[in-house]
Amino acid sequence: MKVTEKDVAYVADLANLELSGEERVDMVRDLNSILDYIERLNELDTSNVEPMAQVSDRYGVDESKQGSERFAYAYREDVVEGLRKSLSQEAALENAPDADGTFFRVPKVIER
Amino acid sequence: MQLNKLNIDAARSAVQERQTTAFALAEAHYARIQQEDGEIGAFLTLCKERALEQADRIDRMAAEGKPLPPLGGVPVGIKDVMSTSGVRTTAGSKILGKYIPPYDCTAVARMEAAGAVVLGKTNCDEFAMGSSNENSAFYPVHNPRDLNRVPGGSSGGSAAAVATDMAVVALGSDTGGSIRQPASFCGVVGLMPTYGRVSRYGLIAFASSLDHIGPLTKTVKDAAIVLRTIAGRDPMDSTSADLPVPDYVAELEKRVRGLKLGVAKEYFGEGLDDEVRHAVESAIDKLKGLGCEVVPVSLPHTPYAIPTYYLIATAEASSNLARYDGVRYSYRAAGVKSLSEMYRRSRDEGFGAEAKRRIMLGTYALSAGYYDAYYLKAQKVRTLLTRDFEDAFRRVDAIVTPTSPTAAFRLGEKSNDPLAMYLADIYTVTADLAGIPGISIPCGATKEKLPIGLQILGKHFDEATVLRLAHAYEKAA
Repeated sequence: MKVTEKDVAYVADLANLELSGEERVDMVRDLNSILDYIERLNELDTSNVEPMAQVSDRYGVDESKQGSERFAYAYREDVVEGLRKSLSQEAALENAPDADGTFFRVPKVIER
Repeated sequence: MQLNKLNIDAARSAVQERQTTAFALAEAHYARIQQEDGEIGAFLTLCKERALEQADRIDRMAAEGKPLPPLGGVPVGIKDVMSTSGVRTTAGSKILGKYIPPYDCTAVARMEAAGAVVLGKTNCDEFAMGSSNENSAFYPVHNPRDLNRVPGGSSGGSAAAVATDMAVVALGSDTGGSIRQPASFCGVVGLMPTYGRVSRYGLIAFASSLDHIGPLTKTVKDAAIVLRTIAGRDPMDSTSADLPVPDYVAELEKRVRGLKLGVAKEYFGEGLDDEVRHAVESAIDKLKGLGCEVVPVSLPHTPYAIPTYYLIATAEASSNLARYDGVRYSYRAAGVKSLSEMYRRSRDEGFGAEAKRRIMLGTYALSAGYYDAYYLKAQKVRTLLTRDFEDAFRRVDAIVTPTSPTAAFRLGEKSNDPLAMYLADIYTVTADLAGIPGISIPCGATKEKLPIGLQILGKHFDEATVLRLAHAYEKAA
């Protein structure tokens, strides 16, 4: 078994999840089953293989250019009202579970 | 005229010629939804006001004798992962249960600019994570051919809506097969374009290096019309490619004689249902009969595609889903006392089991000590999988495979076994990882009358050949 309940608690903490006791038990089982299957990747020798982070690393770019120049088409001017207008404050706050008209409101962060 | 049976051109010209109105078309589709959707569950939200306003705009154009745009008056469904300004967009999740976006997804805006009438938002697996639509936080979608079976996922609502004539076409999204697999299960056409072909601006992100938007339609020609409408560079999405968009519709009629079709044994191995195998083999014979040459190819890294996919997709998902913090636009748990408790409880209550599982797996794969062994390893194998296709496409014009190893499975059949569910995507994830285009088209049915899908994969940015082959097969079948 690769993943223990302690690992699950640690990863849940990193991911800002709480998980109930029952969920933790299920998670240990599910993650181990999936990771066991994933283990087969180790059959492959990848020591001389470049990682691929993005499809557009390889395609749809100007092949004659090097490095980030290949993506020159994606550059734009850094201007305040660029591609679209910024959201109004009202629109930006509209979906907030709690707001006071100016700010998003959250539980107190710093104890005095 | 049967208003629910029209394809795009027939619907548009009926409105143009004043044989019907966009208003009547929209009403006919809403009536169908009213009648059928209680037991199917394809829609999550209807936006009748927006639809009828657009229909009215189109009808006025027609009345003035102005030529209608390519989708003028055509009723469409939009998967609920695409943002619609002023219309609730949930991504199938409780955490976005009340979210009303302040802007439109580019693909939706382009559909509407081309005259489409958006009827509503279609059901899907939560954050497009799933292969059965059972992960919707609201209700599952039922397969129209057999209500005890799944419609596929994650674009199950879009596929079922088109299959039952509740919409002429629908948009879906595909990260590991989520357009093609439900198209296969519901007996409709589903096209995933090349990565970068269609802007994802306004698409709620699942795995950004794998997410695609594409159409689900009744005919291949309709898929070509929709692709022509939504494709092309969008400055709002830096991953959208700056390449010209061909006239996919004009390309459809080009001949297929002499095209080389690759058949890879890795897609016909263990786990492939016999009825699916027979249907796909006879579809390949039919393409041969049309003058295509069948060439055996090898895609040797195929058995590593699912583990690669589930590391990369979950790693990206864990990062993309970090934004749901209960502060700006997502669900917040009640009665929380501290900021940290607010994050945790909101996410705990807001996310469903599969979303949590993927966040956990992705976070684990990215965490200190495991990054190289899992995430980096998967990125390297992704290169190998992509090279497989590059090698094959030096010898062939397209590759034909089954879309899914089986026809639609039963509701509940795989919902307690995440790994079994993941394996339903075994023939579709490879194209997402390599970024190549793929289509699923109906190619017969099982004895139980469940649809079977044929998948045609093409070279990067060569949707034209994929569509042309699919169109030729559809005409011949």
